[in-house]
Amino acid sequence: MKTFKSGGVHPEENKLSAGIPIRIMPVPQTVVIPLAQSLGAASTPLVNKGDKVLVGQLIAQGATFISANIHSSVSGTVAKVDDAIDASGYRKKCIIIDVEGDEWVASIDISPDLKANITMTKEEIISRIKEAGIVGLGGATFPTHIKLMVPEGKKAEHLIINAVECEPFLTSDHRIMLEKAEELLIGVKILMKALEVTKAFIGIENNKPDAIAHLTELSKKYEGIRVCALKVKYPQGGEKQLIKAILNRGVPSGKLPIEVGCVVQNVATAFAVYEAVQKNKPLFERVVTVSGISVKNPCNLLVRIGTRISALLEEAGGVPGDTGKIISGGPMMGKALNSLEIPVVKGMSGLVLMPVDEAKRMKVSNCIRCAKCISVCPMGLAPYHIAQTAETGQEERAESLNVLDCIECGSCAFTCPAGLPLLENIRVAKNKVGQLIRLRAK
Amino acid sequence: MILYFVAQKFKVIEDPRIDEVAALLPGVNCGGCGFAGCRNMAENIVGKESTEGFFCPPGGNETMKTVAAFFGQVVEEKEPLIAVLRCNGTKSHAVAKTEYDGLNSCFFIHNLYSGSNGCAFGCLGGGDCVDSCKFDAMYMDKETGLPVILQDKCVACGACVKTCPRKIIELRLKGLNDNRVFVCCINTEKGGVAKKNCEVACIGCGRCVKVCESNAITLENNLAYIDFEKCTLSRKCVKVCPTNAIWEVNFPEEKIESPLKQWQEDNFDKL
Repeated sequence: MKTFKSGGVHPEENKLSAGIPIRIMPVPQTVVIPLAQSLGAASTPLVNKGDKVLVGQLIAQGATFISANIHSSVSGTVAKVDDAIDASGYRKKCIIIDVEGDEWVASIDISPDLKANITMTKEEIISRIKEAGIVGLGGATFPTHIKLMVPEGKKAEHLIINAVECEPFLTSDHRIMLEKAEELLIGVKILMKALEVTKAFIGIENNKPDAIAHLTELSKKYEGIRVCALKVKYPQGGEKQLIKAILNRGVPSGKLPIEVGCVVQNVATAFAVYEAVQKNKPLFERVVTVSGISVKNPCNLLVRIGTRISALLEEAGGVPGDTGKIISGGPMMGKALNSLEIPVVKGMSGLVLMPVDEAKRMKVSNCIRCAKCISVCPMGLAPYHIAQTAETGQEERAESLNVLDCIECGSCAFTCPAGLPLLENIRVAKNKVGQLIRLRAK
Repeated sequence: MILYFVAQKFKVIEDPRIDEVAALLPGVNCGGCGFAGCRNMAENIVGKESTEGFFCPPGGNETMKTVAAFFGQVVEEKEPLIAVLRCNGTKSHAVAKTEYDGLNSCFFIHNLYSGSNGCAFGCLGGGDCVDSCKFDAMYMDKETGLPVILQDKCVACGACVKTCPRKIIELRLKGLNDNRVFVCCINTEKGGVAKKNCEVACIGCGRCVKVCESNAITLENNLAYIDFEKCTLSRKCVKVCPTNAIWEVNFPEEKIESPLKQWQEDNFDKL
């Protein structure tokens, strides 16, 4: 079975919510919509206190080249545009809306019919995706329309759909594949048209046999789409690992997938593209998995952006008494949140509640150069070496150790028998090297 | 033989004065002058043939006088500066609302979230500044969770100022008799928000601005700032601050006027 060659670890899969169909969360009474929901600059608000808004209405515009539009996920009145805590752990500018009813913008097609016919041109598709504020829903939140604009001199040959979902606990992509398969496949065709490619691969880890079977069967109707079963190994969902496994091509250090003719998009993004292009529906809701060993009702919820996570946790049966961390994302790469008031944003694929005894870090002891971290690094780096540069204040050395290739998957820290804070030190080194490079460019 | 020729061919001709000036400098290579080490500063001084615009914080006025004299020049004395931590968010003033369990690096925590007490501007207590001090002038107070800057050892080289990711440390005038007054907070959030996280935060009320006789205090973005060049150390601001955010350092204890009052104070519990 296909897989990526170097490194990788096997955390316990814990796909507790894999069999739970997507439930639609009720619309909350207030939503807090952060202006920073994509990579790049925060968006500029277009509404003020007192303005009436409808579901799907544009309320903030992408400010710079790498930035995205934001649409209201509710109908009601704007209470204020003010600072509120968001997933960054800081108070940032948000649009806070008091909800009244659930009225949608008239241009959205709310009928449940499947629209298979793709009538837009490549340019119209990319423009529509930009208008709809679609960003990478795998968690990176890179504005999708920019990824589809292949730079001069490069050519896209393959579209790869990332349906791997290698993080433990997370199952939102899995459920979309089972419940919205046709829409997903049409979304893939739309992306293929936007990139002018004839071949698309959907990479799915082998722990989702039902999704593999379902999509393999359905994709027979759609020309050029092939489903690829992949060995279960973290981080198979990393785009470079995915390209290596499916096409056996290596993306060169410091370059993007387009260098080897590939564009990678997440499954949920492809579904959002279908909704935006075929139903004129901008991005204002997403499926979020709420899970954890002690969680009463692990579930997959279709949530309006801006809903506070306290509502989702209640829906999943409340916060268990032994909870140590509430993590946005998965336990490997996710970030522990510091408030229950934090709202769901476009990049929040799941909430994992970790019990205190698992969340407490291992006691740190000395590095014995066992090199386990090197053997598990999927990018072929030397984690202990890079971490050491940060510890000794010599971060400049990390540049020659290719620290910028690090995808921050956490396999090294996961494996380290000494409990060293490897990824933390690597992040410090990466940050400082990035600063150095920017200074050099000036 | 070969070594001799190579040594001659690649010999670097240098102005011999550079070595002489470098010998007059402390040799700590702290970077406080803005150059890459003492020798680099010496190179630049010799290049300009003047000490104008140069200052060595650890060496101070003594060193600059000696170096200027080397060129037959006289240099104006500068008032000494000292590093000041403008945050009083101790473990008791700014109670922890979340527990942080990870790498103890201020740089890392700052990029991760606002910190365990919730103030996005406050000291994180990770000690990056203490690690950066080459003069043993700082240590971490375990009880308060804040770094302490030792007045007698700090040379105001600026290393801690650069290291602090939140720019909490400022170089200010050491002051006449080592007396100085400053607002011990850099939080620019609205008063209510700031106070929620820390009980000694500056809430931007402006009382200090009104009472200052030398117009040394400005209020911007909900935060008061005392200009140390203008401050006359009257300390009227310290008395009116409702959150005790303004600090007066090294002033003598206030004298009680009447001996009777003093006796009453001393024997309060017996009365």
